[in-house]
Amino acid sequence: MTTATSGRERLDLWQLRPAVLPPELDQVRAKVRAFVAQEVSSGRITTRCDQWLGGWDEAFSRRLGQHGWLGMTFPAAYGGAAAGALARFVVTEELLAAGAPVAAHWIADRQSGPGLLRFGTEEQKRAYLPRIARGECFFAAGMSEPDTGSDLASVRTRGTRVAGGWRISGTKVWASGAHRAHAMIALVRTEARTADRHAGLTQVLIDLPDPDVHIRPILLLSGEHHFNEVVFDDVFLPDDRVLGAPGAGWQQVTSELAMERSGPERVLSTFPLLSALVDRLASAGSEASAPRLGALVARLWTLRQMSLAVAGRLEAGAAPAVEAALVKDLGTRYEGVVIEAARELGGAVPDLGSADPVALLLAESILHSPGFTLRGGTNEILRGVVAKELGVR
Amino acid sequence: MNDVHDTLTAVVREVCAKLSGAEIRARADDGGWNAPLWAALEELGMTTIAVPEEAGGSGGTISDAVAVLQVLGEHAAAIPFAESCLLGGWLLARCGEPVPRGPLTATVAGDGLHVVRHGDKVGVRGSIRRVPWARQAEHLLVVHGAGVVLLKAGEFEVLPRTNLAGEPRDDVLVDRSLRADRDLGRGLTEASSVLDEFQQRAALSRAALLAGAARRALALAVDYAGEREQFGRPIARFQAVQQHLAAMAGEVLAMRIAVDAAAVAVGEGPDVLAVAAAKTTTSGSAGVVASLAHQVHGALGYTAEHPLHRTTTRLWAWRDEGGSEHAWAAALGRRALGAGPGGLWALVTATEAGR
Repeated sequence: MTTATSGRERLDLWQLRPAVLPPELDQVRAKVRAFVAQEVSSGRITTRCDQWLGGWDEAFSRRLGQHGWLGMTFPAAYGGAAAGALARFVVTEELLAAGAPVAAHWIADRQSGPGLLRFGTEEQKRAYLPRIARGECFFAAGMSEPDTGSDLASVRTRGTRVAGGWRISGTKVWASGAHRAHAMIALVRTEARTADRHAGLTQVLIDLPDPDVHIRPILLLSGEHHFNEVVFDDVFLPDDRVLGAPGAGWQQVTSELAMERSGPERVLSTFPLLSALVDRLASAGSEASAPRLGALVARLWTLRQMSLAVAGRLEAGAAPAVEAALVKDLGTRYEGVVIEAARELGGAVPDLGSADPVALLLAESILHSPGFTLRGGTNEILRGVVAKELGVR
Repeated sequence: MNDVHDTLTAVVREVCAKLSGAEIRARADDGGWNAPLWAALEELGMTTIAVPEEAGGSGGTISDAVAVLQVLGEHAAAIPFAESCLLGGWLLARCGEPVPRGPLTATVAGDGLHVVRHGDKVGVRGSIRRVPWARQAEHLLVVHGAGVVLLKAGEFEVLPRTNLAGEPRDDVLVDRSLRADRDLGRGLTEASSVLDEFQQRAALSRAALLAGAARRALALAVDYAGEREQFGRPIARFQAVQQHLAAMAGEVLAMRIAVDAAAVAVGEGPDVLAVAAAKTTTSGSAGVVASLAHQVHGALGYTAEHPLHRTTTRLWAWRDEGGSEHAWAAALGRRALGAGPGGLWALVTATEAGR
């Protein structure tokens, strides 16, 4: 007979506790909120949905850098504020909730910078981190390939040892912003595949643009250009362009997953739509919509607490990958639920050309929605990660 | 704080494991209660957690009580724990009264009860519906329009009723003229705030029980999927089943974080946003978890013989107690509609609107 005190009780999953934001972050939040309000009211930025993919605004990123809101977790020596994961959480959730254009610096600030900080050489850190923190250096991620999606360990892009470095050949896809980024961190195979398919992978740093790197747009179904195909045509990289240890690429990449999958961007991609919807219904005096809206607010409140709880664990030095997978699964499905509620209650036909904010945000959200449950690991793969933790896989 | 919780929950877990044998369970499932478990927890001082020591309680925080409640929910423990510490004990302490030993229960008077002061007497007449554990309670506290009335066992008649899980939710009849000092409301400055806070605590209590029960449903489903073989292998080997289990785990974790976060919030004072969100989340997820648990268990889980029903009937019962997800969502939605232009984010983050 099963007892509730079986081995499962010791699962790391259940160690997740709510994180309480320290009061000093209230001031940080108030500053970011006031800054964004000023940016919006002055017309410098506009509120949109899914801006961490679509909102590329280099000048805005530089202004954030001037306020010290990029690379916040970097040590002061590298241009950061030595702030914790919770401080970064507050800043990013404020920007995302407001629908501010954060795409330019997003990859650099979220994963490339922390990856460099953790695995980079002193020289690499000095070369990139202060520029990331100033909003002057943007990164793309080179992970997926034409034949490599969910099964990341199957990458075929090769790094071949040559005198003084490596020659890289292969193709990466879906590389958001690669056409405008200053550098890419790519995962490449540097040793032949063995029984341990996670062995022999290496992360390399490639400055962009480069004459031997050919970048071609892959247009989204909406016609927008964010994704790219990136072809490495026998690119020479000296030894100092390896990030971390040759062969340790898999461990390095997966160590970032907790950060990559648990952030508020996995919940808030359609928040500007929800906010506009509530404003619309409030001005229409729509009491009848209260239960439906309340359910959306309750779920959002809970998802935010979950995302925050993971940030609390990150701040404490843990890497709660399974919890992060759950946040992403629940959060990205919620982003879609908001769309359906807006269709049901908003009284607007989705229209990219509309001056009505609900109609416009709804159109953007619908057209971006397929990506929500795909990027950063499909939800099916994430549930597989969870099933493994539950001991059934 | 986490260490305190871990110690507390480990102790309660151990007591529950010892005192939830089949024989005790059978009695409890029959509308009775788990008297040995109550006695053991009372002996340990657990039944007055979060009641201030000045009032004769064990002290501690709402989070402590909520942590214990989750363990009790996980074990389908048939005792009026929430009613005693988070509701009845709290009401007594709030009114400046000492907390007696023995199980307490507390409820809100509906339209059917009339409390009238006349001279040195207070008349309490009428009926109250669905009072949890009324037949076991030695004291019943009733929050009414103008305050709180204390009734002792024997002063009210119990008409046995149960919830879907067979837990006592009795109708109570009263026709008494009691000494005026039974009307505890005199010490209260704002009776309406007591009612609000009582309802928040009641909802948070059920949310905590739900989070615990959901975790148990997941544990049962995971174990069953690993044991049950079809097509020559455990059904856990099928991705379709794995996806169900992972989906359950997501809901279970959401329930747990919502409850824990709400307990922290309410520890600072009444917090309708946090409670409404936690109860909406837990009640809403309870049905999902129960459905998936049954789906994974197949027909066996649908039988009286298999223990799953002890957990899923509680999920179905508790989601409607202390306010359903629909009731709390409506309250939350009205606040969202009243938050002012662009005010939703400030509401969700419980911060000052600054836009």
